[in-house]
Amino acid sequence: MLTILFDGIAYGMLLFVISCGLAVTLGLMNFVNLAHGAFAMLGGYCAYVLVNFYGVPFFASLPVAFLFAAMIGLVAERSLYVHFYNRSHLEQVLFTIGLVFMTSALVDYFLGSQQRFINLPSYLQGRFDFFGVGIGKYRLLIILVCALIVIVLQLILGHTRFGSRLRAAVDDQRVARGLGINVNRVFALTFAAGCGLAGLGGALGAEILSLEPHFPLKFMIYFLIVVSVGGTSSITGPFLASILLGIGDVAGKYYAPRFGGFVIYTIMIVVLVLRPQGLFTRGTSK
Amino acid sequence: MSTADTFRQADAALKKKRAWHWLEYVFWLAVAATVFLFPSQHTLLTQIAIWSLFALSLDLLLGYAGIVSLGHAAYFGFGAYVAALFAINFTGEPLTVLLVAGIAAGLLGLVTSLLVLRGSDLTRLMVTLGIALVMYELANQMSWLTGGADGLTGMPVNPVFGVFPISFRPTNSYIYVLCVLFVLFVVARRIVHSPFGYSLRAIKGNPLRASSIGISTNRRLIAVYALGAAYAGVAGALLAQTTPVVSLTYIDFQRSADVLLMLIIGGTGYLYGGIVGSALFLIAQKFIGNVTPQYWEFWIGFALVVIALFARDRGVFSIIERVANALRKEKAKP
Repeated sequence: MLTILFDGIAYGMLLFVISCGLAVTLGLMNFVNLAHGAFAMLGGYCAYVLVNFYGVPFFASLPVAFLFAAMIGLVAERSLYVHFYNRSHLEQVLFTIGLVFMTSALVDYFLGSQQRFINLPSYLQGRFDFFGVGIGKYRLLIILVCALIVIVLQLILGHTRFGSRLRAAVDDQRVARGLGINVNRVFALTFAAGCGLAGLGGALGAEILSLEPHFPLKFMIYFLIVVSVGGTSSITGPFLASILLGIGDVAGKYYAPRFGGFVIYTIMIVVLVLRPQGLFTRGTSK
Repeated sequence: MSTADTFRQADAALKKKRAWHWLEYVFWLAVAATVFLFPSQHTLLTQIAIWSLFALSLDLLLGYAGIVSLGHAAYFGFGAYVAALFAINFTGEPLTVLLVAGIAAGLLGLVTSLLVLRGSDLTRLMVTLGIALVMYELANQMSWLTGGADGLTGMPVNPVFGVFPISFRPTNSYIYVLCVLFVLFVVARRIVHSPFGYSLRAIKGNPLRASSIGISTNRRLIAVYALGAAYAGVAGALLAQTTPVVSLTYIDFQRSADVLLMLIIGGTGYLYGGIVGSALFLIAQKFIGNVTPQYWEFWIGFALVVIALFARDRGVFSIIERVANALRKEKAKP
């Protein structure tokens, strides 16, 4: 029982780290980015290639995955995404689905369509008992790393100049521009960081999330649930949403394997119908 | 000028706008000619005609009412399953089956429209996607009814009007599907050129203004959503009648994405886009898919990005137009 809770929290934390970048894209630029999962997948494959082919230690591969996904994100944002900010949502959807299809096919071409596993170091495998609760070492690591990331994110957002600029831009883009904040640059940096975090999450969670070319499509709905249910005005909203989703999904798969997916999608629809702005928002009139 | 005069003028203007252009006659004659010109390709052509109807149903939502849907396959698949189950349990009379499937999918659309037509574009995307996923899960889990992952087989298809057999006869199936497509196209064309159709376009342009001139926005959107769902259901039923098995691929995300892509390739908001788009898509798939079947996905993605970057409402035609314009400018330079 508690083990399920524990696994659910690990899963939820992972979902949060991957999708927090998406919350910014959506909240700041009002951009529907369905390709966010592709960056997570690239990060995961980057770690996979480094660890399994070149023998890089697992921990060293994580920052590389972050940088790799962030670089690709930065390039994609400056070269492609930038053309779509003022377009209709339909065009953004088409464009990003196109990107997803292309990355999936490319990964399939270069690395094959089978599911891949990163060789974890032996000290991360197995589980130990903690007052009768079975705790997987690998999942414990995920929780620790993600908790660290959440704290750092909260500090950056709340206590740095960049963070206050970002919050200002999310709250009201026009006024922020009027105050002389370079919203485009803030956005480009945040977008890259968001992609990097997605890549890090993809690398960290390769074991749980199953790394294969159709990863972005399979998890697209999960990332979207996190941001649309959690709202985009803070990071607490998406955080709570992802923890709930993680626990719900793991528990659903464990207790009612036949109806797990069904329940989650139904709950999502109900929440969206009742609170289109998200569960944890202050009810802005944007 | 009296009110009666204004009405008469408006009526005349509408009539003029909905008159058939000569190119449309040429188009449908060419379509009819494919029956005789490509006898060996009738299986592919049947697919094209069914996808055309499906894309047409999405065009009603997207091109006329501006509703973006990522889960339109929900209604397609629902129509197909209803058609198969109805044919197995009651009668295999094809037109009755189509009618039942269309009504069932339309009712589903009517109910789900209450969920879809709230909130912003993003909420709609999510809800349509969610509905399709729920339908997929349902079809997967209710295997006692739907056959689950194995699919549903053994659906009887009687001859049309008792005299025109269509099962396992590619040419007859094609003629049958084409006739259904044409009839439903004419109906859709009449609808979008009616005052109702124009009010939809007004809502698409600016919902606030539309409601302030007295259009009941929500009710019209619900009506068109149900209509689009019914059309999709008929398309699903047609596919069920012309292929031996109804399976989960009828409802999956790939189908929703493909139909959106076909419509976008052909262009939205003039009804022919779905037909042109699905023809281009399926023919390209046949050729490219033959060379590198697994990397077809890459080219779909590429096409989507290019179209999203350069095309506007008219799909491939706007790209052609842009290239032509660019060439003309190049020539005009001294």
